[in-house]
Amino acid sequence: MSWAMESQRKNYGKALVELGKRRQDVVVLDADLSGSTRTVEFKTAYPGRFFNCGIAEQNMMGTAAGLAVGGMTVFASTFAVFATGRAYDQVRQSIAYPDLNVKIVASHAGITVGGDGASHQTMEDIALMNAIPNMTVIVPADGPETYNAVLAVAEHRGPAYVRMGRSDVPIITPRDAEFKIGKASILRDGSDVALVGVGQMVAPCLLAADALKAKGISARVINLSTIKPLDVATLEKAARDCGCVVTAEEHNIVSGVGTLVAAVLAERYPAPMERVAMQDVFGQSGESDELMREYGLSEKEVIAAAIKVTERKR
Amino acid sequence: MNTSDQNPVLALEAKAQSLRRHVIRMIFAAGSGHPGGSLSAADIMTALFFEVMDHSPERKDSPDRDHFILSKGHAAPIYYAALAESGYFPVDELITLRKLHSRLQGHPSRVKTPGVEMSTGSLGQGLSVANGLALALRLQNLDRKVYCLCGDGEMAEGQVWEAAMFASHNHLDNVIAIIDRNGLQIDGRTEDVMALEPLADKWKAFGWNVLTVDGNDMRQVLEALNKARHHKGGPTVIVAKTVKGKGVSFMENNVGFHGKSPNEKEYEQAMRELGGSA
Repeated sequence: MSWAMESQRKNYGKALVELGKRRQDVVVLDADLSGSTRTVEFKTAYPGRFFNCGIAEQNMMGTAAGLAVGGMTVFASTFAVFATGRAYDQVRQSIAYPDLNVKIVASHAGITVGGDGASHQTMEDIALMNAIPNMTVIVPADGPETYNAVLAVAEHRGPAYVRMGRSDVPIITPRDAEFKIGKASILRDGSDVALVGVGQMVAPCLLAADALKAKGISARVINLSTIKPLDVATLEKAARDCGCVVTAEEHNIVSGVGTLVAAVLAERYPAPMERVAMQDVFGQSGESDELMREYGLSEKEVIAAAIKVTERKR
Repeated sequence: MNTSDQNPVLALEAKAQSLRRHVIRMIFAAGSGHPGGSLSAADIMTALFFEVMDHSPERKDSPDRDHFILSKGHAAPIYYAALAESGYFPVDELITLRKLHSRLQGHPSRVKTPGVEMSTGSLGQGLSVANGLALALRLQNLDRKVYCLCGDGEMAEGQVWEAAMFASHNHLDNVIAIIDRNGLQIDGRTEDVMALEPLADKWKAFGWNVLTVDGNDMRQVLEALNKARHHKGGPTVIVAKTVKGKGVSFMENNVGFHGKSPNEKEYEQAMRELGGSA
């Protein structure tokens, strides 16, 4: 299958400009990475409502909170490792606890950061943000979904975290789809195994489904783009219909999305499960696709996990 | 100064003492809390809430008024006393401080307490919030001020200086920070734990208009706040030299009362010294 490629960041910049046009209350902050996160698009279009905070992520999160206290809808962006790690306490104390209207949209998440190496490759950001009450957590699968998710979080009242990668990713969702927070989407139906993909692992799940079909295994592919609130109904139904589940995420296996899905199934409909994720190790420098292969995050591992988990059903 | 000028100051001084009595009553009833830093800030809080700031409970959800952020969140008791006396919630509710299901949390919570604009308690974060709020006011063309009360111990937090840079870089002359410079923090004197001096020079170097006053002298506090309000072009910080535990002899300059409730005998003496009855 050959997909057109596009970055999520580019779509974020586009969505911000659209929001800036629609709404006077939208303000954007960045911490010296506006060219990388693409908030520069908003800066160019609406310079009066863009503030560069310099390399000071903690202050950026606090400033975002203050703007929200003053009635603004605030987007604060930097690399995911800094947004969720460096400024964790500010996100918890100044944004989530007071339940303020701040959207943390972070780029360069996960291993696909590439050459910068492990210092910049966060694989724990979903766990960190998910553990905070009041926080909505969204991981779009591609460019169009990023665009639509950003428009959706702008309408949503309260704090949200949106995770984006650095690299170009396959376009697998329609541009005109409305993003519903808390609703997973079924990209392909199937009855033998459910492949639950997160973010950049959704496309490998689709490739895996094709390969599995050739082996006579019918795979359902679910794009789990909202991590919190989790679409428990869709996950439970997948376990009931398919009898086993594979999760795939570009995130640490410890406290990752796989553990959330496992907890839901354990409580609602226990079924055999396999998890494709980073195996609790730090990454390293390399090309995005090399790293995905090196750390077992490609359709190959999804296929292997699907075969293994289907066998465990019997 | 003639008598008609003196009376408002006298009335504010009496108000400050009544807020101090609330603080002692609340912390004694709770059995825990931070009396020292509430008492040192009582005069500053009184000047802000009962003279300088244009605010009222009816306008608490409107941006078009003056705003206040308590960066030193552990001084919640004096904040609650000022809010209750300003009519944001009943004065009777003050003694529910720190109790289960109370609206008055140990540290201020925006989502629980009427009038509290920002949840604070993790130190060093308030000034960033004040800056953001000041930007929001500017974007809405509202000529309003944001007052931010900081502790001196929290000046050791790096975020304070990130915020200091941001405010001067953005010429936020609607931000007025007040540092409750009582000289003590949990582990001892600030100058022993992590030296801050020359504090005023540090703020000057960061581009702030700096005023230094006796923060327990009502007249000086009012004068500084009025000067700060009229300063144009950049933010102002008031280094307010205060006495921790001010007004209660055995709490004054006593680090032991940073975060400890008085016992019954101490409570009675404190109330007497503050001109009230236990």
